Amino acid sequence: MIKARVTVTLKNGVLDPQGKAIEHALGGLGFSGVGQVRQGKVFDVVLETADRAQAEAELKAMGEKLLANTVIEDFTVEVE
Amino acid sequence: MKAAVILLPGLNRDRDMIAALTDIAGEPPLTIWQTETSIPDDIGLIVIPGGFSYGDYLRCGAIAARMPVMKAVREKAERGTRVIGVCNGFQILVEGGMLPGALMRNSSLKFVCREVELEIANNKTVFTSAYAQGQIIRCPVAHHDGNYFADAATLDQIEANDQVVLRYANGTNPNGSVNDIAGIINKAGNVLGLMPHPENLITAAHGGTDGRALFESALDLVDA
Repeated sequence: MIKARVTVTLKNGVLDPQGKAIEHALGGLGFSGVGQVRQGKVFDVVLETADRAQAEAELKAMGEKLLANTVIEDFTVEVE
Repeated sequence: MKAAVILLPGLNRDRDMIAALTDIAGEPPLTIWQTETSIPDDIGLIVIPGGFSYGDYLRCGAIAARMPVMKAVREKAERGTRVIGVCNGFQILVEGGMLPGALMRNSSLKFVCREVELEIANNKTVFTSAYAQGQIIRCPVAHHDGNYFADAATLDQIEANDQVVLRYANGTNPNGSVNDIAGIINKAGNVLGLMPHPENLITAAHGGTDGRALFESALDLVDA
């Protein structure tokens, strides 16, 4: 079994109104030094294979086919 | 021309769409469940209605776009069959890559449910031929993720190709869409996606009939 994490973030240049709202809320809580917040998604995936290279290839395909919308999002894959 | 309506779990505007198409065409549309893998040859117009397919999980329309029936819709569209996606239907079409760009969270971060004004930005399409170029129509919107986005190169391309068919007019852009885009067609001109709900302005009882001409055009029920 291989555990992995796929992180999806908005591409640079794509407006992130949710991130902006979070940024403002942090300011409201007294965190005065917050320059910018961009929000995204994390997927923890457990794969049944033991083959690391295969797992990485599959996770990359999952990111491209479903987990990220590559029109607006980038993703990274980390295998434990 | 016969119409079909695609059904997916979580859609909630399907009955409105079926009622609108039935009123306009004089016969009810065929309904096609998401697990179907083919669409009958005599169907000339496929409509994907609005709602919250798969609870908007992951991203609006993301899971629906990968259901078996959407492969069949794509194949029909590639052979020229007309396709309209309204609201969640539009989100499904962009998620499936059948239309360019993406639909993001409204810039206000709020769900908007109100009437807007739409400009017919291109009436030389099979969906808008019954309207005048530049005509302003009324139309309701109801969505949380209708903020149309495309990168600069894609945007230049769709503007240059006259693929923007509907724009929010007179300052009524409800969601922050770039260039006030409310509806676009694909390059071939047979796939339309729009966030507003023309199926809710069909009979006088709706308070207006501004949406009727869109379906009449799409079903070839008007003399061009």
